[in-house]
Amino acid sequence: MLASKSWRAGHTNAHWPLDSQTRIFALQLLNIGEITPVTRIKNLLGTLFGAVFAIASGDAAAYVFNMPKGVTDISRQVYGLHMMIFWISVVACIAVFAVMIYSIFMHRKDKGAVASTFHESTTVEVIWTTLPMLVLIAVAVPATATLLALEDTRNADLNIQVTGFQWKWRYTYLDEGIEFFSTLDAEHNKIRQVRSGLDPASVEHYLMEVDNPIVVPINQKIRFLITSNDVIHNWWVPALGWKQDAVPGFINDGWTELSEPGTYRGKCAELCGKDHGFMPIVLIAKTEADYATWVDEQKASAAAEANSADRVWDMADLMSKGEQVYNTSCAGCHQVSGAGLPGVFPAIAGSAFAMGDPSAHIDVVFNGATGTAMQAFGAQLSDVDLAAVITYERNAFGNDAGDMVQPATIKALR
Amino acid sequence: MSTATAAHDDHHDHGAPAGLMRWVYTTNHKDIGTLYLWFSFVMFMIGGSFAMVIRAELFMPGMQVVDPQFFNSMTTMHGLLMVFGAIMPAMVGLANWQIPLMIGAPDMALPRMNNWSFWILPFAGTMLLSTMFMEGGGPAFGWTFYAPLSTTFAPDSTDFFIFAIHMLGFSSIMGSINVIATVLNMRAPGMTLMKMPLFVWTWLITAFLLIAVMPVLAGAVTMMLTDRNFGTSFFSAAGGGDPVMFQHVFWFFGHPEVYIMILPAFGVVSQIIPTFARKPLFGYASMVYATASIAFLSFIVWAHHMFTVGMPVAGELYFMYATVMIAVPTAVKVFNWAATMWRGSMTFEPPMLWALAFVFLFTLGGFTGLMMGVAPSDMQYHDTYFIVAHFHYVLVTGALFGIIAAVYYWLPKWTGYYPDDRLSKLHFWWSAISVNVLFFPQHFLGLAGMPRRIPDYSLQFADWNMVSSIGGFAFGLGQVFFFFIIVKTIRGGEKATDECWEDAQGLEWTIASPAPYHTFVTPPEIK
Repeated sequence: MLASKSWRAGHTNAHWPLDSQTRIFALQLLNIGEITPVTRIKNLLGTLFGAVFAIASGDAAAYVFNMPKGVTDISRQVYGLHMMIFWISVVACIAVFAVMIYSIFMHRKDKGAVASTFHESTTVEVIWTTLPMLVLIAVAVPATATLLALEDTRNADLNIQVTGFQWKWRYTYLDEGIEFFSTLDAEHNKIRQVRSGLDPASVEHYLMEVDNPIVVPINQKIRFLITSNDVIHNWWVPALGWKQDAVPGFINDGWTELSEPGTYRGKCAELCGKDHGFMPIVLIAKTEADYATWVDEQKASAAAEANSADRVWDMADLMSKGEQVYNTSCAGCHQVSGAGLPGVFPAIAGSAFAMGDPSAHIDVVFNGATGTAMQAFGAQLSDVDLAAVITYERNAFGNDAGDMVQPATIKALR
Repeated sequence: MSTATAAHDDHHDHGAPAGLMRWVYTTNHKDIGTLYLWFSFVMFMIGGSFAMVIRAELFMPGMQVVDPQFFNSMTTMHGLLMVFGAIMPAMVGLANWQIPLMIGAPDMALPRMNNWSFWILPFAGTMLLSTMFMEGGGPAFGWTFYAPLSTTFAPDSTDFFIFAIHMLGFSSIMGSINVIATVLNMRAPGMTLMKMPLFVWTWLITAFLLIAVMPVLAGAVTMMLTDRNFGTSFFSAAGGGDPVMFQHVFWFFGHPEVYIMILPAFGVVSQIIPTFARKPLFGYASMVYATASIAFLSFIVWAHHMFTVGMPVAGELYFMYATVMIAVPTAVKVFNWAATMWRGSMTFEPPMLWALAFVFLFTLGGFTGLMMGVAPSDMQYHDTYFIVAHFHYVLVTGALFGIIAAVYYWLPKWTGYYPDDRLSKLHFWWSAISVNVLFFPQHFLGLAGMPRRIPDYSLQFADWNMVSSIGGFAFGLGQVFFFFIIVKTIRGGEKATDECWEDAQGLEWTIASPAPYHTFVTPPEIK
């Protein structure tokens, strides 16, 4: 219970056991600061002793050691198996190490030990071959039962498609007709930029917060249909007790049933390129009534979004909306500055293409570029978002195309 | 006439030729062994410096040192260099030096091919490293290079990486053919297979593994090459292929590969422990059978690396059962080492210290491996720092400690001098402590939910990462120290006896120290 509680409560500043002074020093440690090397080492030692002291004084809750028990029946079974095989390993380890350590202390030449000459014993060898085999069979029985339960995705009440993108998740509620993207929270995204100078401890749940969390009802069997749009990702919320690869072109599934409302956090677990470390998962479980309210809200805001595509937008509105969309959907590869990464992701700033024929520009953003990492954003972004972001790309970072793309133009393409 | 005959007879007794070209043209197993070992040390230092970059970035939360793309390239190149550049060539180097000495052969069976299989390596290594300076950077898709991240989504330099892998594969296959030909044909009269030292046995089995799986790896990278450049779709679902097939092909190579790295280390430890326990190896025959069983099982368990990839449940069950079975022959080996020590008369010279650390720490890594073999639990462990801790326990405190133990064990035979005892022990204790500070906390990080291959992390992972980084810097420093110990030993020190270690058994201890340039020109007689 404690483990799951601390997991859910997340990783507030209280879980970062350095006092703020030490933290500031620690942050400066790798930069050139005014602090002397001696101070750095003193602070480092302070941190280490702090850790030892905290563990010794029973304040171990601040330190992570073990797997969370999780909040579902499956996660508790997985945890149980983990602890069982762990203790079997510990016992076996102690037995073998005890023999070796005894031997190392007693059977040494400087204590006058004389080597005996025995070098085989069929009886002993048969025993120590058979014994591990029996233990392993004993482990395999409950492991098989858990695995069968974990993989049994039949009779789901709710189906949610989870699609991995570089570097965000899309959640499609197949039964409700809701669909949205979930990306790293903007504030966290600023902090995590290289040498941003911002303190990760200034936000809660650093790198574990998103703009649009996935919301699910409790007491329903939810089946996740997991796939990918580009490379292989892995959808993992530890509190649910499993992870599942998201493979492009294939659909995997997994299931869960939660009994209590709460917020559960996880991360992409399969290396998926540059920003693999920055596509977290936040799952919120709500009561069935709260979930129904949430569904209605989602549908209403989707309708409002669709309506706004019919009006004519002015340059200032398109640019400010476009910047927002760009920073969420494009900056991961093309960079906030539009400079791209030479050899991997082309620059938009100063690009003749981005200032040339608007319809070619729209085509690449809408349909993607085959054989490259450029995704087809037509299926990901709304008409307004697409119009705004293309306008932004044509007129930001010193680009001077001067023209606008209206949502109606995009709508006509669909 | 008589002088000419005498000159001819002397032919086999000349020493090493002088100058740089000696090393380029050499077909001498000792020279080639030395080349392999130095090459692997250089790669170990470069791969290690990449690890230092990784640990520096992970020292605390936030991005302080490198950008994420470069970080991925560091984890990738660290893995590739350590596996293909450091551990494997070091094992081949040990095989080159020791197999002829241990079976009483004058040289390897195919000396010219031996020269070529070494000299491919520097070119492959240079090509691999050169990708770091290309536009788009080096490979950044992990050492397992899963498609499609390594095909459609990879930088252009990936084609150079593919060619480098092909060259490394040629080298390994030729090296293995040489080991097999040498062991099967060139044993001294009377040395039956079941009288061979265990290091020779483990290498013979390793060589068969290499020949079986390196072509599979070559197939995987060739399919990548055609997917990238010639419009095929082996690994692209959009063209009717399957990205998961890449993983099946890769791990069909990759799982035997991990045994390729550890079996020779098993052999080394099985030589060292009997020497310093002054007692014959317990269960020699069962050691041979256990090694062969592990090698066989290594071919039928590959998909335990893929429990979360979306296999049918029947497949997951099969791979779980087969995987946990490996614990049986592995346990037999550990029990045998413990029984060899039991009622021995032990001393603790540096090779023994490293071998003992190997047994203790490899066993820890073995148990975490068993834990991950249990498929439902692996749903949590997979792709976290728990597995990073696991494979570093088996590869660093396993394979690498085995190599270091071997170097300390045979260095007096190679150089004619004992390594400085005080410095060697300092190196050992420094490394043995720091390696645990480095890797043990990674178990906690993984269990608590930190995925592997991430450049930045949430605050609850901060403390153990800092501890781990401190251990990492210390361990890295310790290995620079190892370099000075080796150089110091080559330059001089306490003269080694021919036997080197008290009452050591084996043909390599019957020849002079340092080993003459040509040995066993006349085969020794084995009773």
